[in-house]
This record gives sequence, structure tokens and C-alpha cells, in this order.
Amino acid sequence: MEPSIFKFILRHSLRQQIAILCLTVGSFPFLYFSLDLPKIIINDAINAKDFPKALLGMEFEQIPYLLLLSGIFLILVIVKSGFRFSINIYQGLLGERMLRRLRYELYSRILRFPLLHFRRVSPNEMIPMITSEVEPLGGFVGEAIALPAFYGGTLVVIFAFVFIQDPILGLAAISLYPIQGYLIPRLQRRVNELAKQRVQAVRETARNIGETVSGVTEIHAHDTSQYELAKFAGRMGRIYEIRYEIYQRKFFIKFLNGFLAQLTPFFFYSIGGYLVIEGDLSFGALVAVLAAYKDLTPPWKELLKYYQRQADARIKYEQVTMQFAPADMLDESLQTADPEPDERLSGDIVATNVRLEEDDQVKIIDGVTFTFGLDEHIAIVGSGASGKETLAMLIARLIAPTGGRLTIGGRDLADLPESVTGRRMAYVGPGSYMFSGSVRDNLFYGLKHRPLRPAVYDEETAPVRARALQDAVLAGNTGLDPRAGWTDYAAAGADGPESLRVQAMGLLDLVEMDDTLYEMGLRGTLDPGERPEIAERLLSAREAIHERLRDPELAGLVEPFDEAKYNDNATVAENLLFGTPVGADFDIDNLAESPYVRKVLDQVGLTSDLLEMGRQVAGLMIELFSSLDPGHEFFDQFSFIEAEDLPEFHALLGRITKEGLEGLGADDRNRLLSLPFKLIPARHRLDQIDDDMRARLLTARRAFAAELPEALKPSVEFFDAGKYNAAASLQDNILFGKVAYGQALSAERVGAMIAEVVDELGLRGEVLEVGLDYEVGIGGARLGIGQRQRLAIVRSLLKRPDLMIVNEALTALDDAVQTRILRNLIAEMKGRGLIFVSPRASLAREFGRVVVMESGRIVEQGTFAELDREGTRLHELMSAG
Amino acid sequence: MSLSEELEALRNIPMFANVEPTQLKLLAFTSQRLTFGAGQDLFRRGDVGDSAYIIISGEADVLVDKEGTEVAVAKAGKNEIVGEIAILCNVPRTATIRAVTELTALKIPKDLFFRLIAEFPDMGVQVMAELARRLHRTTQQLTEALAKLEDR
Repeated sequence: MEPSIFKFILRHSLRQQIAILCLTVGSFPFLYFSLDLPKIIINDAINAKDFPKALLGMEFEQIPYLLLLSGIFLILVIVKSGFRFSINIYQGLLGERMLRRLRYELYSRILRFPLLHFRRVSPNEMIPMITSEVEPLGGFVGEAIALPAFYGGTLVVIFAFVFIQDPILGLAAISLYPIQGYLIPRLQRRVNELAKQRVQAVRETARNIGETVSGVTEIHAHDTSQYELAKFAGRMGRIYEIRYEIYQRKFFIKFLNGFLAQLTPFFFYSIGGYLVIEGDLSFGALVAVLAAYKDLTPPWKELLKYYQRQADARIKYEQVTMQFAPADMLDESLQTADPEPDERLSGDIVATNVRLEEDDQVKIIDGVTFTFGLDEHIAIVGSGASGKETLAMLIARLIAPTGGRLTIGGRDLADLPESVTGRRMAYVGPGSYMFSGSVRDNLFYGLKHRPLRPAVYDEETAPVRARALQDAVLAGNTGLDPRAGWTDYAAAGADGPESLRVQAMGLLDLVEMDDTLYEMGLRGTLDPGERPEIAERLLSAREAIHERLRDPELAGLVEPFDEAKYNDNATVAENLLFGTPVGADFDIDNLAESPYVRKVLDQVGLTSDLLEMGRQVAGLMIELFSSLDPGHEFFDQFSFIEAEDLPEFHALLGRITKEGLEGLGADDRNRLLSLPFKLIPARHRLDQIDDDMRARLLTARRAFAAELPEALKPSVEFFDAGKYNAAASLQDNILFGKVAYGQALSAERVGAMIAEVVDELGLRGEVLEVGLDYEVGIGGARLGIGQRQRLAIVRSLLKRPDLMIVNEALTALDDAVQTRILRNLIAEMKGRGLIFVSPRASLAREFGRVVVMESGRIVEQGTFAELDREGTRLHELMSAG
Repeated sequence: MSLSEELEALRNIPMFANVEPTQLKLLAFTSQRLTFGAGQDLFRRGDVGDSAYIIISGEADVLVDKEGTEVAVAKAGKNEIVGEIAILCNVPRTATIRAVTELTALKIPKDLFFRLIAEFPDMGVQVMAELARRLHRTTQQLTEALAKLEDR
């Protein structure tokens, strides 16, 4: 990257900067003329007598002449403002474009960092650098050249004017500038240094906060909160000190400027006064000089401000770019190069005396030499510190060796572009990171190397895309379209989304993930508009379930939804809506505040009953939960009222005793009314909902549906026995009812019943497909680590790699599952290369060839049978477990 | 059956006889009420124990394994607590409990049970007393059985 912000600006925006400069200079004549015109209007039009005047070959009387000049003045004002407006817009645009370029450049550098560098930098520092730290640079870029040119020019003009009036006075006017010019940069230098320290201190604080968040368990477990607070306070103190000193110095500079600026008139009065008295200078000239000097101050101030801003910008730029230039960055061409068509890896992987040393001379890999065929299956075993994981990463070209050579089919691994290493090889590590998105997105992630099928744009969106593309290119960003079709079906041996899905399903079977996916599918939702045939078949599953529920043995397990019946296993809210809320309008927490719901309740005369019920529930909650600690888990599990709200409700009940339910304010009523909506009669067994109440809630249900305004219709999806409910999960759609509380093992028995029906109707594939849309959460947080590991294996297998490297990537699974999946994997990779870094030495039994590592060296190599005897390191590792 | 009825049932259990009504109410409110059909198992011998059951109505057999067949050694009925041993001392279920009639029970999860004991020492003492009574009974039975053996 360019070493300084000015080089960056010149390199990427010289033409635009010149354009801004031209605009600025172009506005000068208008500016000058608009300053001059008022004088002409006063002297020539208002105070003059010699009319008519001739202008452009036309004669003007006084009034028309005045109007003409005023008109010209108006036009000048408009032209001037127009110039200012376009300069501002253009500066802003240029600033944003350069900022975009800078951010893009920084981000792309992260993608090229050597992997080991990530041990030294934390995301908590990198994120603010790219997002907030560079932000002010955008503003600076736009004015970097035009501003000093403009105000510098103005200064020169005014100086010239003063000198023309009187050279001595001119000298007096500028006599202090050299002093300022000498002193201020010196003072500023120290401020710059402090600013640098401040940036670093803030960054350290960011890292500190990040560490606290990640290590919070340790802090609690070791009672070190006070220590952490003290450290944090120390950092804050450091920032405070730096900032305080910066303020002092900045304001001193300001003070000095102000003082010197005020000092100059001293010379004018003394020297100028003397000259006037002596008769060497006219009085008028002195006044003119004084007036000109007043005009001198604002541009000079602007220049000084600019000087400080450019110092800030320079430091920020250097400080940021320094962090993004580690040694040994991956060469850009390795990422951009496209592969040869039908490129495959073949031949042997050969390591010759491969070494890896860390900064501090620690040898992680210490002279490793081997030759593996690309059709071999190899297990690498060793203790934790043997370097086996690092060796796997070296082979996957994720780390570059510091010495020796690694070749594959005779080609140096270091020269292979990522389009070869990332497609023909597959690496699965212990982390198995998942990106936020669906299971499907994550499975197909490894197939998205380049845009293959252009996105389709219609008349409306095509120009938008064209402009976006143009802007991207102007800012030095990639023009590749994120909305294009990136998934490389052919690489997975598929010819489209459907056959790719089939491929993925087969592989999910291989890692025994299908049951989990089935569960995810049942919990997922389906858009019946998109997949009407599946929705139709799920409805027949609903019928089949309800057929089964006629059996008296099973009837008690599920209470079906029935428009004419109150459902004791559903909440009061669900009974009232008789549907699934969509969005926040009818969410159970907002229901009491919904004006429409309140209107319906008033209409059927339920409000006061529900308020009374709310009062009873609140009373019970206070009775039951007041004695518990606020953090008690019962609050989450059982209470209708959160711990911190209990005192509030306590006070509320007090007010009711005093003033009755009628005396409550609107907030209190809302609060109380929200409680009974959560009641489930069969679960809470509170006796409050008797048959009469049920009947009245049914009336409310009918009223709710009958008068629902058009605007609220999208906010609820009604239960309808003959219709698929897009807002509810697959399971809820199949059941069309509630699993009954109070029946032993009801959830398990219902689950088995659903599974039976799903299998009978051949719907399992469809459920699994919906499971593919399951959102995995940020970093895959909604999946267990075991599930993530399985998905990571499938993600890699889908690429059909020539060499697969599995680095302790199944560790979260129990031994039996691990062995089964490993066997499946070995069968799947038959004829292709497989390198397995084994967490347990005994798993090496499954492999044709075993490599044993210790302290960064290969100590044993051979078949399992050869090595499995008394006295070998392998034997030792195996007996250690 | 409603919460107040369950509360009444709980109060009739000796172990809870002296526990404050509010505490019992909390116990009733926070535990699940389950209905078992005749022949259904509350739990099986050898299972990991995660909850105790208080029988509110119905009757159950206590079955143990004797040379491969299940033998009923006792009956459990209304107001009795079963399954507390497995959760108190962390051992697998020592017997199978099978409903002989339709049976309703309150299922008290292990952590809830412990929490209540920890938070309401009164109840802990009651539990101890009940266990001591049972131990006393078992010791007596053992003494009698030994005496019978010696007599022979």
C-alpha cells in the first residue's frame, strides 16, 4: 500500500483532485465580482446622478439600472452557491470513493494475511480499524488539495493587496507568520506523537474488552473481576492522560495563534500610525489595510485547522496501514488466478526436509521428509505437541514452510494458486467454522469460487446494477456480482440445484447427520407459495395423524385445533388469535397493547375478567417467587413475571387494593392484562379458566377473526384445518394441534407417530430439504460442535477433492460414531488421497499407512501391522489411549 | 385436577407435612403432572434417575429383577414418593415402578428437588426424617430376617 495518505490520494485521485481544484479556481472570479458588485451598486446606482447610463449599447435610467445591477448580483449569488454546491458534492463523493477503496484494500489484505499472523492480531482491533478509524479519512481526502489551494490563494491575494498599499505595512502584516510557521509545526509534532499513542491505547482497550468478553468464564471462575477492573481503569487513565495533554497542547497552539493574530494590529497602529502622522501613508490606505487584515484572519485560521487535520489523517493512515502489512503476505495473484480447465492433482506429495520455525526460533516442524501417493490413505498420529496438526496445515498450504520444499505432482505447493489448492484439495480442521446462513449455504460454501451464471436483472434493476458495477470499479473494488450464481454444480458432479441436493443428502447420510437434519426440518418453515406440492403433501400427513388420533390409546396425546373448541393445551393468546402471529403486532408480549385486541376484548366484555385473572396470576407469582433470588432459574422456566418486575407488580396490587381495578392507569392495565395471555390451562392448572370463560374466549376468537382490519391481516396466519400455515413449523403443520401436557412420554410418542406418518407418505426427503434451510446462527452457534464437524466434512466432500486432509476434525463425536464416520469417509475417498490427523492412535488401524510424529519429526512410518508391536512409539501412544 | 387439589395431595404426604404451604405451592407449580396408563412404567430399573415422583392417585408395583424375571416386591400408592433414592445418591434406578391402574403423579426433577431442599431447610429436615424412618424400618426388617435365619 502507499506509504502515506498523500501518496494514496495522488495515486488514486489525482484527476479528480485537479477537477476539484479547477472548480475552486473557476469560482474565484465570481467570488471576487460578487464582493465588488455591492460597491458599484452603492456608488453607481444609488448615490450617482449622471443618468441615463450606457451599458452594452443600451441606455438605462436610475431605477432600471439599479434593478439590473441587483439582478446581476442575484445571478452571481446563484452561480456562487452552485459552485459551492457542486464542489461539496464532488468532494463528498470523492471522499467516499477513496474511503471505499481504502476499506476494500484493507479487507482484501486480511484475506491474504499469513495464517500465523492471526495469532498476533485480534479481530477486536482489526474491526474498528476498517470500520470507524478510517472514517474521518474520507472527509479529508475530498479537501486534501483544494482546501489549502483555495485559502492559500486567498491569503496571497490579500498579502499582495496589503503590499501594494504599503510595503512596510505589508512586512508588518506578515512579520509574525514566520514565527508561527516555525513554532506551530514543532508544537504540533508532539501532539501528533500523542495522537499516535492515543490510537494505540484505544486499540489496546478494544483488545482488552474483547478478551474480557471471550474470557469471562475464567474471570468469574477465578474471582479476578477486580483485577480486570483495575487493569481497565489503568488503561482508561492512560487514555485520559494522553487526551488531557493533547487538549493542553492543542489549545496552547490555538492560544498562540490567537495571540499572534491580535499582535499584528499592534504593528499597524504603531507603525501605520507613525507613518500617517509623518505623512508617509494616507489615512485611507491604513483603513484599507486594517480592513484587508481582518479578511486575512479566517483563511489563515482555516489553513491552521487544515494543518492539524492533515496531521491527524496522516497518522491515522499510517497507523492503520502499518497493521495491515505483515511480512509474508500471500501474493495476490495466487487468489485471482483461474485454474486450467479440468485441472486435477496427480502424482505424489513430496516433502523434502520441511521445516517451520516460529518468530522465536521454536521449531514446530523440524526437517520432515516423506512421499505420499495421491491415492494413499494415511494416518498421522502423535502426541499433542508432536506437530501433526501443523504438518496437516502445511500440506494444505494454509501455512508456508520456513524451510524445505513441498511439492505435489512435481509442482511446488507455494506456487499453486488457491484455485487449485482450494478446489482440488480439501482441508477440514478442528474448528469447523460455519458462516451465518442456512445449512444449505454452508454445505455449498466450498463450491462458490467464481460467479458462473450471471444474475438476471429486469428493466428496473439492470441500471441499478450497472451503476453499482461502475462505482465499484471506480473505487478499485471487485466488479464480481455477489448475486450471480456462484455455486459450481459441475465441481460436485451435479448438473443443477436438484442433483446437488441429492449429492449433499447422500453425504449427510455418510456422516450420520440425517436424523439431526430431520429434526431441523420439522422445526423449520416452508413457503407454500414456493413449494405448493410439498405443502399439499404435508396436509395429507396432517390428515393421517388425525386419523391415528382417533385410536383411543393415542387420542390423549394431542389436542387438535378446532375452531369451535377451546384448546386447553394452548395459551390464552393462541386461543384468542386461533392462529400464528406473524411479526410483532400480535406477538404474545405485545398482545395486551394491541388496540385491536383491546377493542375485541371490550366488545365481548372480557377486559375486566382478564384484568381480574391478571391480578390473581400476579398475586400467585408474587407469593411463589418473591422469596427466590432474582437470578433464580425458576424465573426463566416458570414465572410469568421477571424477577426485576416483581416489586413493580407488588406495588400495582397495592394500588388495586386501594383503588380497585377501575382506578388503574393505562400502563398498569396493560401490564396486568399481559399476564393471563400466557396461561395454558392444562399446564398451569390454575382453575381460572372455567367452561364459562372458555365459551367467552371463543366468542372473542370469533370476533377477532370477523372484524380483523385489512391492514392487520398479514399479522396473523389463522389455523385452518384445510390450509398450510406458512408461519408455523412443519411439525406444527403436521400436528395441527398441541401436544398434551400431563401424558407420560407424550412428546416422544408424538414424535414417533409423526416419523411413522412422514415415512409412510414418503415425506422424509422433503422434511430433510426444509432442514437444509435451517439457519445455523452466527458462527454456527445454533449447531452443536459435533454437528458443525459433520457438516464441515460434507462441505469438503462435496467438492470431490483429489486430496482430503482431515485434521482432528471429528473430535467432538463419541468414539463409536467417530470410527463409523471415519470408515464411511475412507470408503468414499477410495482411489483418492486422504490424510487423517488422528486424535487417537488406535484409529490408525483403519489406514493403509501410518506416520508417527514426535517433536516435529517423523519417527516411524509404515503399515499399521508393521508398527503395531512392542517397543514402537505407535504402540506406546496406543496404550496411552 | 387443579393446582389446589395437588397442593392438598402434597400436604397429605408425611415428608411435606410440616412444609409451609407457599413452598408446597411452588413445588406443585413447578413440577409436571403426568398421567400413566395401566401397565406403563414410571421408570425402569437401571435407568439414569433424573426425577422423583409423588403419586397423587392410582397404584403401582415396585418390581425388582430376580434371575431374569421381574418380581413385585412392594406396592406404592397415593401420597407416596418413589424414585427419590436415585436422585439423592446418584445411583441408577434400583427398581422398576409400573402403574397397575391409571396413575397420576407429580414429576419432580432432580435439580428442583435439591434446590427446594437447599433453599428450604425445613423440607430437608423432613426428607431426612422420612429417610431415617425408612432406614429404621429396613434395619428392623433386617434384624428380624437375621433373627429368623439364626433360629433355623
